[in-house]
Amino acid sequence: MMGAIYIMWLRQVKKYWRSKARLIGSLGQPILFLVALGFGFNHIFENAMGTSYVEFLVPGVIVMSILFTSMFTGIELIWDRQFGFLKETLVAPVSRTKLMLGRTLGGATVAVAQGIIVMLIALLVGFRPSLTGLPIALLFMFLIGILFTAFGTAIASRLEDMQAFPIIINFIIMPLFFLSGALFPLQGIPEILDTIIRFNPLTYGVDGVRYAFGGVAHFSIFLDLGIIAGIALFILALGTYLFHKIEI
Amino acid sequence: MGNIIEVKDLVKNFKGLTAVDNISFTVKEGETFAFLGPNGAGKTTTIKMLTTLLHPTNGSMLVAGFDPVKESDKVRHSFGIVFQDPSLDTDLTAYENLLFHAVMYNIPKKERDKRIKEVLKLVELLDRKDSFVKTFSGGMQRRLEIARSIIHIPKILFLDEPTIGLDPQTRIHIWQHMKKLTIESKMTVFLTTHYMEEAEKMADRIAIIDHGKIVAQGTVKELKSKTKTKSLEQAFLALTGHSLREEAGNAKNEFRQHSKLWGR
Repeated sequence: MMGAIYIMWLRQVKKYWRSKARLIGSLGQPILFLVALGFGFNHIFENAMGTSYVEFLVPGVIVMSILFTSMFTGIELIWDRQFGFLKETLVAPVSRTKLMLGRTLGGATVAVAQGIIVMLIALLVGFRPSLTGLPIALLFMFLIGILFTAFGTAIASRLEDMQAFPIIINFIIMPLFFLSGALFPLQGIPEILDTIIRFNPLTYGVDGVRYAFGGVAHFSIFLDLGIIAGIALFILALGTYLFHKIEI
Repeated sequence: MGNIIEVKDLVKNFKGLTAVDNISFTVKEGETFAFLGPNGAGKTTTIKMLTTLLHPTNGSMLVAGFDPVKESDKVRHSFGIVFQDPSLDTDLTAYENLLFHAVMYNIPKKERDKRIKEVLKLVELLDRKDSFVKTFSGGMQRRLEIARSIIHIPKILFLDEPTIGLDPQTRIHIWQHMKKLTIESKMTVFLTTHYMEEAEKMADRIAIIDHGKIVAQGTVKELKSKTKTKSLEQAFLALTGHSLREEAGNAKNEFRQHSKLWGR
Protein backbone atom coordinates (compact mmCIF):
# COMPACT_ATOMS: atom_id res chain seq x y z
CA MET A 1 0.00 0.00 0.00
CA MET A 2 1.84 3.05 -1.26
CA GLY A 3 -1.23 5.25 -0.91
CA ALA A 4 -0.45 6.41 2.61
CA ILE A 5 3.11 7.43 1.72
CA TYR A 6 1.82 9.23 -1.37
CA ILE A 7 -0.88 11.20 0.43
CA MET A 8 1.55 12.23 3.20
CA TRP A 9 3.95 13.40 0.50
CA LEU A 10 1.22 15.20 -1.44
CA ARG A 11 0.03 17.07 1.64
CA GLN A 12 3.49 18.50 2.26
CA VAL A 13 4.10 19.45 -1.34
CA LYS A 14 0.70 21.14 -1.58
CA LYS A 15 1.25 23.12 1.57
CA TYR A 16 4.67 24.22 0.36
CA TRP A 17 3.33 25.27 -3.03
CA ARG A 18 0.48 27.22 -1.45
CA SER A 19 2.73 29.13 0.90
CA LYS A 20 4.35 31.49 -1.59
CA ALA A 21 5.73 33.60 1.24
CA ARG A 22 7.72 30.65 2.51
CA LEU A 23 8.84 29.74 -0.98
CA ILE A 24 10.12 33.20 -1.79
CA GLY A 25 11.31 34.11 1.69
CA SER A 26 13.66 31.16 1.93
CA LEU A 27 15.40 32.23 -1.28
CA GLY A 28 16.73 35.38 0.36
CA GLN A 29 19.64 33.80 2.15
CA PRO A 30 21.02 31.73 -0.75
CA ILE A 31 20.76 34.71 -3.09
CA LEU A 32 22.66 36.84 -0.61
CA PHE A 33 25.44 34.26 -0.36
CA LEU A 34 25.54 33.92 -4.11
CA VAL A 35 25.76 37.62 -4.81
CA ALA A 36 27.82 38.88 -1.88
CA LEU A 37 30.31 36.05 -1.62
CA GLY A 38 30.17 34.92 -5.23
CA PHE A 39 30.91 38.28 -6.77
CA GLY A 40 32.85 39.61 -3.80
CA PHE A 41 35.47 36.89 -3.85
CA ASN A 42 35.38 35.99 -7.52
CA HIS A 43 38.29 38.20 -8.49
CA ILE A 44 40.64 37.05 -5.72
CA PHE A 45 39.68 33.42 -6.21
CA GLU A 46 40.31 33.58 -9.94
CA ASN A 47 43.74 35.10 -9.42
CA ALA A 48 44.70 32.43 -6.89
CA MET A 49 43.06 29.31 -8.29
CA GLY A 50 42.63 30.13 -11.95
CA THR A 51 38.96 29.16 -11.89
CA SER A 52 35.70 31.01 -11.29
CA TYR A 53 34.50 31.30 -7.69
CA VAL A 54 30.87 31.48 -8.79
CA GLU A 55 31.21 28.07 -10.45
CA PHE A 56 32.79 26.78 -7.25
CA LEU A 57 30.30 28.38 -4.87
CA VAL A 58 26.97 27.60 -6.57
CA PRO A 59 26.91 23.88 -5.65
CA GLY A 60 27.63 24.89 -2.06
CA VAL A 61 24.77 27.38 -2.02
CA ILE A 62 22.38 24.88 -3.61
CA VAL A 63 23.28 22.38 -0.91
CA MET A 64 22.88 25.09 1.71
CA SER A 65 19.29 25.81 0.68
CA ILE A 66 18.52 22.09 0.71
CA LEU A 67 20.08 21.72 4.14
CA PHE A 68 18.12 24.61 5.62
CA THR A 69 14.79 23.74 4.00
CA SER A 70 14.93 20.06 4.88
CA MET A 71 16.01 20.53 8.49
CA PHE A 72 13.27 23.10 9.05
CA THR A 73 10.53 20.82 7.71
CA GLY A 74 10.88 19.07 11.07
CA ILE A 75 8.93 21.93 12.58
CA GLU A 76 5.86 20.70 10.71
CA LEU A 77 5.81 17.70 13.02
CA ILE A 78 5.77 19.98 16.08
CA TRP A 79 3.14 22.09 14.37
CA ASP A 80 1.01 19.00 13.70
CA ARG A 81 1.37 17.95 17.31
CA GLN A 82 0.39 21.39 18.55
CA PHE A 83 -2.63 21.74 16.32
CA GLY A 84 -3.81 18.18 16.63
CA PHE A 85 -3.35 16.81 13.13
CA LEU A 86 -0.67 14.42 14.37
CA LYS A 87 -3.36 12.48 16.26
CA GLU A 88 -5.26 11.96 13.04
CA THR A 89 -2.19 10.41 11.42
CA LEU A 90 -1.26 8.35 14.47
CA VAL A 91 -4.65 6.62 14.83
CA ALA A 92 -4.72 5.73 11.12
CA PRO A 93 -4.03 2.08 10.27
CA VAL A 94 -0.67 2.91 8.73
CA SER A 95 2.66 1.75 10.10
CA ARG A 96 4.85 4.37 11.73
CA THR A 97 7.55 3.46 9.22
CA LYS A 98 5.32 4.52 6.34
CA LEU A 99 4.37 7.73 8.13
CA MET A 100 8.04 8.52 8.56
CA LEU A 101 8.80 7.65 4.93
CA GLY A 102 5.97 9.82 3.61
CA ARG A 103 7.05 12.73 5.74
CA THR A 104 10.70 12.37 4.78
CA LEU A 105 10.00 12.07 1.06
CA GLY A 106 7.70 15.10 1.24
CA GLY A 107 10.30 17.20 3.05
CA ALA A 108 13.07 16.07 0.71
CA THR A 109 10.99 16.91 -2.36
CA VAL A 110 10.28 20.39 -1.06
CA ALA A 111 13.96 20.88 -0.23
CA VAL A 112 15.12 19.70 -3.66
CA ALA A 113 12.59 22.01 -5.32
CA GLN A 114 14.08 24.85 -3.34
CA GLY A 115 17.58 23.76 -4.46
CA ILE A 116 16.48 23.69 -8.09
CA ILE A 117 15.09 27.22 -7.83
CA VAL A 118 18.45 28.39 -6.45
CA MET A 119 20.17 26.64 -9.35
CA LEU A 120 17.93 28.42 -11.86
CA ILE A 121 18.71 31.76 -10.25
CA ALA A 122 22.41 30.90 -10.41
CA LEU A 123 22.03 30.29 -14.14
CA LEU A 124 20.79 33.85 -14.47
CA VAL A 125 23.88 35.25 -12.82
CA GLY A 126 26.30 33.31 -14.99
CA PHE A 127 26.55 29.78 -13.58
CA ARG A 128 27.34 27.38 -16.43
CA PRO A 129 27.26 23.76 -15.24
CA SER A 130 27.71 20.63 -17.31
CA LEU A 131 24.23 19.40 -18.16
CA THR A 132 25.28 15.76 -18.43
CA GLY A 133 25.93 15.81 -14.71
CA LEU A 134 22.43 16.97 -13.86
CA PRO A 135 20.98 13.52 -13.00
CA ILE A 136 23.89 12.85 -10.63
CA ALA A 137 23.46 16.28 -9.07
CA LEU A 138 19.75 15.64 -8.54
CA LEU A 139 20.52 12.28 -6.96
CA PHE A 140 22.91 13.90 -4.50
CA MET A 141 20.48 16.73 -3.82
CA PHE A 142 17.71 14.27 -3.08
CA LEU A 143 19.89 12.17 -0.76
CA ILE A 144 20.94 15.28 1.13
CA GLY A 145 17.26 16.22 1.39
CA ILE A 146 16.37 12.77 2.77
CA LEU A 147 19.21 12.83 5.28
CA PHE A 148 18.40 16.20 6.78
CA THR A 149 14.60 15.92 6.65
CA ALA A 150 14.94 12.70 8.62
CA PHE A 151 17.36 14.44 10.98
CA GLY A 152 15.03 17.39 11.53
CA THR A 153 12.07 15.06 12.05
CA ALA A 154 14.06 12.96 14.51
CA ILE A 155 14.81 16.06 16.58
CA ALA A 156 11.20 17.28 16.31
CA SER A 157 9.84 13.94 17.48
CA ARG A 158 11.67 14.40 20.79
CA LEU A 159 10.72 18.04 21.15
CA GLU A 160 7.42 19.68 21.95
CA ASP A 161 8.64 23.24 22.19
CA MET A 162 7.96 25.18 19.01
CA GLN A 163 10.19 28.07 20.07
CA ALA A 164 13.17 25.87 20.90
CA PHE A 165 13.20 24.06 17.56
CA PRO A 166 14.60 26.84 15.33
CA ILE A 167 17.25 27.66 17.93
CA ILE A 168 18.42 24.06 18.15
CA ILE A 169 18.31 23.63 14.39
CA ASN A 170 20.36 26.78 13.78
CA PHE A 171 22.87 25.57 16.34
CA ILE A 172 23.33 22.39 14.28
CA ILE A 173 22.99 23.80 10.77
CA MET A 174 25.58 26.57 11.02
CA PRO A 175 28.63 24.42 11.80
CA LEU A 176 27.41 21.77 9.34
CA PHE A 177 27.32 24.35 6.59
CA PHE A 178 30.45 26.37 7.35
CA LEU A 179 32.58 23.29 7.97
CA SER A 180 31.64 21.44 4.81
CA GLY A 181 33.77 22.84 2.04
CA ALA A 182 30.72 24.61 0.62
CA LEU A 183 32.48 27.98 0.73
CA PHE A 184 36.18 27.22 0.28
CA PRO A 185 38.39 24.57 -1.37
CA LEU A 186 39.76 21.88 0.92
CA GLN A 187 43.31 22.01 -0.47
CA GLY A 188 45.90 23.36 1.94
CA ILE A 189 43.66 23.93 4.95
CA PRO A 190 44.97 23.29 8.49
CA GLU A 191 44.95 19.65 9.45
CA ILE A 192 42.55 20.03 12.37
CA LEU A 193 40.02 21.77 10.16
CA ASP A 194 40.48 19.09 7.53
CA THR A 195 39.78 16.38 10.12
CA ILE A 196 36.61 18.09 11.32
CA ILE A 197 35.39 18.59 7.77
CA ARG A 198 35.95 14.92 6.96
CA PHE A 199 33.61 13.96 9.80
CA ASN A 200 30.83 16.14 8.41
CA PRO A 201 28.49 14.19 6.11
CA LEU A 202 27.50 17.37 4.28
CA THR A 203 31.09 17.64 3.00
CA TYR A 204 30.51 14.60 0.80
CA GLY A 205 27.17 15.93 -0.41
CA VAL A 206 28.76 19.21 -1.48
CA ASP A 207 31.61 17.36 -3.13
CA GLY A 208 29.18 15.13 -5.03
CA VAL A 209 27.09 18.00 -6.36
CA ARG A 210 30.23 19.94 -7.28
CA TYR A 211 31.55 16.94 -9.18
CA ALA A 212 28.25 16.51 -11.02
CA PHE A 213 28.23 20.14 -12.19
CA GLY A 214 31.93 20.80 -12.71
CA GLY A 215 33.57 17.42 -13.16
CA VAL A 216 36.08 17.86 -10.33
CA ALA A 217 35.79 16.06 -6.99
CA HIS A 218 38.00 16.45 -3.95
CA PHE A 219 37.18 12.92 -2.83
CA SER A 220 36.07 10.09 -5.07
CA ILE A 221 32.50 10.35 -6.35
CA PHE A 222 31.85 6.79 -5.16
CA LEU A 223 33.05 7.62 -1.66
CA ASP A 224 30.77 10.68 -1.72
CA LEU A 225 27.78 8.65 -2.81
CA GLY A 226 28.46 5.79 -0.41
CA ILE A 227 28.82 8.04 2.61
CA ILE A 228 25.85 10.29 1.90
CA ALA A 229 23.55 7.35 1.05
CA GLY A 230 24.74 5.32 4.02
CA ILE A 231 24.26 8.12 6.52
CA ALA A 232 20.90 9.04 4.99
CA LEU A 233 19.72 5.47 5.56
CA PHE A 234 21.08 5.42 9.08
CA ILE A 235 19.39 8.71 10.07
CA LEU A 236 16.17 7.58 8.39
CA ALA A 237 16.22 4.41 10.49
CA LEU A 238 16.97 6.40 13.63
CA GLY A 239 14.16 8.85 12.85
CA THR A 240 11.76 5.98 12.23
CA TYR A 241 12.69 4.50 15.60
CA LEU A 242 12.09 7.81 17.38
CA PHE A 243 8.85 8.32 15.46
CA HIS A 244 7.65 4.93 16.75
CA LYS A 245 8.07 6.12 20.28
CA ILE A 246 5.80 9.16 19.96
CA GLU A 247 2.88 9.00 22.36
CA ILE A 248 0.33 11.75 22.75
CA MET B 1 -25.03 -9.46 21.34
CA GLY B 2 -21.36 -9.82 22.24
CA ASN B 3 -18.98 -7.34 23.78
CA ILE B 4 -17.11 -5.15 21.31
CA ILE B 5 -14.94 -3.52 23.96
CA GLU B 6 -13.60 -5.36 26.97
CA VAL B 7 -11.40 -3.65 29.54
CA LYS B 8 -9.98 -5.42 32.54
CA ASP B 9 -7.93 -3.98 35.41
CA LEU B 10 -6.64 -1.15 33.22
CA VAL B 11 -4.00 1.13 34.79
CA LYS B 12 -2.09 4.13 33.45
CA ASN B 13 0.60 5.90 35.45
CA PHE B 14 2.24 9.16 34.38
CA LYS B 15 5.38 9.81 36.45
CA GLY B 16 3.85 9.19 39.85
CA LEU B 17 0.31 10.23 38.89
CA THR B 18 -2.24 7.49 38.40
CA ALA B 19 -4.57 8.78 35.70
CA VAL B 20 -6.48 5.54 35.29
CA ASP B 21 -6.63 3.31 38.34
CA ASN B 22 -7.61 -0.28 37.78
CA ILE B 23 -10.83 0.08 35.81
CA SER B 24 -12.89 -2.69 34.20
CA PHE B 25 -15.92 -2.38 31.94
CA THR B 26 -17.47 -3.78 28.80
CA VAL B 27 -19.34 -2.22 25.90
CA LYS B 28 -21.83 -4.29 23.94
CA GLU B 29 -21.94 -4.30 20.17
CA GLY B 30 -24.31 -1.64 18.85
CA GLU B 31 -24.90 0.19 22.09
CA THR B 32 -24.07 3.77 22.98
CA PHE B 33 -21.87 3.89 26.03
CA ALA B 34 -21.13 7.15 27.86
CA PHE B 35 -18.13 7.81 30.02
CA LEU B 36 -18.87 10.63 32.43
CA GLY B 37 -16.59 12.24 34.94
CA PRO B 38 -15.16 15.53 36.17
CA ASN B 39 -12.16 17.12 34.50
CA GLY B 40 -9.04 15.03 34.94
CA ALA B 41 -10.97 11.90 35.90
CA GLY B 42 -9.20 9.78 33.28
CA LYS B 43 -11.72 9.75 30.43
CA THR B 44 -9.43 10.94 27.66
CA THR B 45 -6.54 8.81 28.94
CA THR B 46 -8.77 5.75 28.71
CA ILE B 47 -9.81 6.65 25.17
CA LYS B 48 -6.18 7.20 24.18
CA MET B 49 -5.31 3.72 25.41
CA LEU B 50 -8.27 2.12 23.63
CA THR B 51 -7.32 3.91 20.41
CA THR B 52 -3.62 2.87 20.48
CA LEU B 53 -2.26 6.36 21.17
CA LEU B 54 -1.00 5.45 24.64
CA HIS B 55 0.36 2.23 26.07
CA PRO B 56 -1.24 1.12 29.33
CA THR B 57 0.89 0.56 32.42
CA ASN B 58 -1.10 -2.53 33.29
CA GLY B 59 -4.26 -4.46 32.50
CA SER B 60 -5.83 -5.83 29.33
CA MET B 61 -8.06 -4.44 26.60
CA LEU B 62 -9.90 -5.89 23.63
CA VAL B 63 -11.28 -3.57 20.96
CA ALA B 64 -13.31 -5.24 18.21
CA GLY B 65 -11.64 -8.49 19.24
CA PHE B 66 -8.07 -7.19 19.02
CA ASP B 67 -5.45 -6.03 21.50
CA PRO B 68 -4.64 -2.32 20.98
CA VAL B 69 -1.04 -2.87 22.11
CA LYS B 70 -0.15 -5.95 20.07
CA GLU B 71 -2.56 -5.68 17.14
CA SER B 72 -2.69 -1.93 16.81
CA ASP B 73 -3.23 -1.92 13.04
CA LYS B 74 -6.34 -4.12 13.23
CA VAL B 75 -7.71 -2.04 16.08
CA ARG B 76 -7.06 1.17 14.13
CA HIS B 77 -9.11 -0.14 11.22
CA SER B 78 -12.06 -0.83 13.50
CA PHE B 79 -12.76 2.59 14.95
CA GLY B 80 -13.34 6.20 14.05
CA ILE B 81 -12.67 9.01 16.48
CA VAL B 82 -13.57 12.63 17.12
CA PHE B 83 -10.92 14.00 19.43
CA GLN B 84 -11.51 16.40 22.25
CA ASP B 85 -9.20 18.98 20.66
CA PRO B 86 -9.27 20.00 16.99
CA SER B 87 -7.37 17.68 14.66
CA LEU B 88 -7.94 19.02 11.15
CA ASP B 89 -5.32 20.45 8.83
CA THR B 90 -6.66 23.97 8.45
CA ASP B 91 -4.37 24.70 5.49
CA LEU B 92 -6.17 22.07 3.44
CA THR B 93 -9.72 22.16 2.10
CA ALA B 94 -12.54 20.14 3.64
CA TYR B 95 -12.37 17.73 0.73
CA GLU B 96 -8.60 17.34 1.01
CA ASN B 97 -8.86 16.56 4.72
CA LEU B 98 -11.34 13.81 3.99
CA LEU B 99 -9.35 12.51 1.03
CA PHE B 100 -6.27 12.26 3.25
CA HIS B 101 -8.30 10.16 5.67
CA ALA B 102 -9.81 7.99 2.94
CA VAL B 103 -6.39 7.18 1.51
CA MET B 104 -4.88 6.51 4.94
CA TYR B 105 -7.70 4.06 5.64
CA ASN B 106 -7.16 2.33 2.32
CA ILE B 107 -10.60 3.00 0.90
CA PRO B 108 -10.59 1.85 -2.77
CA LYS B 109 -9.96 4.64 -5.25
CA LYS B 110 -13.30 4.17 -7.01
CA GLU B 111 -15.29 4.63 -3.81
CA ARG B 112 -13.39 7.54 -2.28
CA ASP B 113 -15.11 10.41 -4.00
CA LYS B 114 -18.57 8.93 -3.50
CA ARG B 115 -17.94 8.20 0.17
CA ILE B 116 -16.50 11.66 0.86
CA LYS B 117 -19.47 13.37 -0.75
CA GLU B 118 -21.89 11.19 1.19
CA VAL B 119 -20.47 12.10 4.58
CA LEU B 120 -20.16 15.78 3.62
CA LYS B 121 -23.81 15.76 2.69
CA LEU B 122 -24.68 14.12 5.99
CA VAL B 123 -23.12 16.98 7.97
CA GLU B 124 -24.40 19.56 5.46
CA LEU B 125 -21.01 20.75 4.30
CA LEU B 126 -21.10 19.50 0.72
CA ASP B 127 -21.38 23.01 -0.73
CA ARG B 128 -18.26 24.03 1.21
CA LYS B 129 -16.12 21.09 0.18
CA ASP B 130 -13.48 23.18 -1.57
CA SER B 131 -13.19 25.83 1.13
CA PHE B 132 -10.12 25.89 3.30
CA VAL B 133 -10.84 24.58 6.78
CA LYS B 134 -9.35 27.72 8.33
CA THR B 135 -12.38 29.62 7.03
CA PHE B 136 -14.77 27.33 8.95
CA SER B 137 -16.43 28.17 12.27
CA GLY B 138 -15.86 25.93 15.29
CA GLY B 139 -19.13 24.14 14.74
CA MET B 140 -18.40 23.52 11.07
CA GLN B 141 -14.97 22.14 11.91
CA ARG B 142 -16.59 19.81 14.42
CA ARG B 143 -19.09 18.60 11.85
CA LEU B 144 -16.26 18.00 9.40
CA GLU B 145 -14.41 15.94 12.02
CA ILE B 146 -17.53 13.87 12.57
CA ALA B 147 -17.85 13.33 8.82
CA ARG B 148 -14.22 12.28 8.70
CA SER B 149 -14.58 9.82 11.56
CA ILE B 150 -17.18 7.76 9.70
CA ILE B 151 -15.86 7.69 6.11
CA HIS B 152 -14.27 4.29 6.59
CA ILE B 153 -17.48 2.92 8.21
CA PRO B 154 -15.95 1.99 11.56
CA LYS B 155 -17.48 -0.55 13.91
CA ILE B 156 -16.86 1.71 16.88
CA LEU B 157 -17.04 5.47 17.07
CA PHE B 158 -15.20 7.30 19.85
CA LEU B 159 -16.52 10.76 20.60
CA ASP B 160 -14.41 12.59 23.16
CA GLU B 161 -16.47 15.62 24.21
CA PRO B 162 -17.54 16.24 20.62
CA THR B 163 -19.78 19.19 21.48
CA ILE B 164 -17.35 21.14 23.67
CA GLY B 165 -17.42 24.87 23.01
CA LEU B 166 -20.38 24.72 20.63
CA ASP B 167 -23.64 26.63 20.79
CA PRO B 168 -26.89 24.78 21.67
CA GLN B 169 -28.08 24.84 18.05
CA THR B 170 -24.98 23.08 16.78
CA ARG B 171 -25.02 20.63 19.68
CA ILE B 172 -28.60 19.59 19.02
CA HIS B 173 -27.84 19.35 15.32
CA ILE B 174 -24.82 17.13 15.89
CA TRP B 175 -26.61 14.76 18.25
CA GLN B 176 -29.54 14.42 15.89
CA HIS B 177 -27.11 13.36 13.17
CA MET B 178 -25.33 10.97 15.49
CA LYS B 179 -28.54 9.36 16.64
CA LYS B 180 -29.77 8.85 13.10
CA LEU B 181 -26.43 7.53 12.00
CA THR B 182 -25.94 5.07 14.83
CA ILE B 183 -29.44 3.67 14.55
CA GLU B 184 -29.07 3.22 10.79
CA SER B 185 -25.62 1.70 10.84
CA LYS B 186 -25.79 -0.10 14.20
CA MET B 187 -22.48 1.51 15.06
CA THR B 188 -21.19 1.21 18.61
CA VAL B 189 -20.59 4.62 20.17
CA PHE B 190 -18.27 5.37 23.04
CA LEU B 191 -18.69 8.96 24.14
CA THR B 192 -17.63 11.34 26.84
CA THR B 193 -19.35 14.61 27.59
CA HIS B 194 -19.92 17.14 30.35
CA TYR B 195 -23.49 17.78 29.23
CA MET B 196 -25.65 15.47 31.31
CA GLU B 197 -28.72 15.94 29.16
CA GLU B 198 -26.73 14.79 26.12
CA ALA B 199 -25.69 11.63 27.92
CA GLU B 200 -29.21 11.07 29.16
CA LYS B 201 -30.63 11.32 25.65
CA MET B 202 -27.93 9.37 23.81
CA ALA B 203 -26.54 6.68 26.07
CA ASP B 204 -27.85 3.19 26.63
CA ARG B 205 -25.43 2.70 29.47
CA ILE B 206 -23.22 5.02 31.47
CA ALA B 207 -20.06 4.62 33.53
CA ILE B 208 -19.10 7.36 35.95
CA ILE B 209 -15.39 7.76 36.50
CA ASP B 210 -13.68 9.85 39.16
CA HIS B 211 -10.02 10.05 40.21
CA GLY B 212 -9.26 7.30 37.71
CA LYS B 213 -11.74 4.84 39.17
CA ILE B 214 -15.19 3.81 37.97
CA VAL B 215 -17.55 4.71 40.80
CA ALA B 216 -20.77 3.45 39.21
CA GLN B 217 -22.13 2.04 35.98
CA GLY B 218 -25.52 1.15 34.58
CA THR B 219 -28.44 2.64 32.68
CA VAL B 220 -29.62 6.15 33.52
CA LYS B 221 -32.51 4.59 35.41
CA GLU B 222 -30.24 2.36 37.43
CA LEU B 223 -27.94 5.22 38.33
CA LYS B 224 -30.85 7.37 39.43
CA SER B 225 -32.40 4.69 41.60
CA LYS B 226 -29.03 3.74 43.05
CA THR B 227 -28.39 7.29 44.22
CA LYS B 228 -32.08 8.01 44.97
CA THR B 229 -31.99 11.10 42.75
CA LYS B 230 -34.31 12.47 40.08
CA SER B 231 -31.91 13.40 37.31
CA LEU B 232 -28.63 12.19 35.89
CA GLU B 233 -26.99 15.43 36.94
CA GLN B 234 -28.01 14.91 40.57
CA ALA B 235 -26.87 11.31 40.39
CA PHE B 236 -23.54 12.46 38.94
CA LEU B 237 -23.02 15.00 41.72
CA ALA B 238 -24.07 12.49 44.37
CA LEU B 239 -21.41 10.10 43.09
CA THR B 240 -18.56 12.51 42.41
CA GLY B 241 -19.16 15.28 44.97
CA HIS B 242 -19.15 19.03 44.58
CA SER B 243 -15.45 19.87 44.85
CA LEU B 244 -13.72 21.47 41.86
CA ARG B 245 -11.02 19.59 39.98
CA GLU B 246 -7.68 20.47 38.57
CA GLU B 247 -6.74 18.97 35.30
CA ALA B 248 -3.19 18.20 34.27
CA GLY B 249 -2.10 19.41 30.84
CA ASN B 250 -5.28 21.38 30.52
CA ALA B 251 -6.64 20.37 27.15
CA LYS B 252 -9.59 22.70 27.37
CA ASN B 253 -7.52 25.82 27.89
CA GLU B 254 -5.47 24.81 24.93
CA PHE B 255 -8.66 24.40 22.95
CA ARG B 256 -9.71 27.91 23.84
CA GLN B 257 -6.34 29.26 22.82
CA HIS B 258 -6.63 27.56 19.46
CA SER B 259 -10.10 28.96 19.09
CA LYS B 260 -8.78 32.44 19.69
CA LEU B 261 -5.93 31.86 17.33
CA TRP B 262 -8.33 30.83 14.64
CA GLY B 263 -10.54 33.79 15.29
CA ARG B 264 -13.64 31.88 16.26
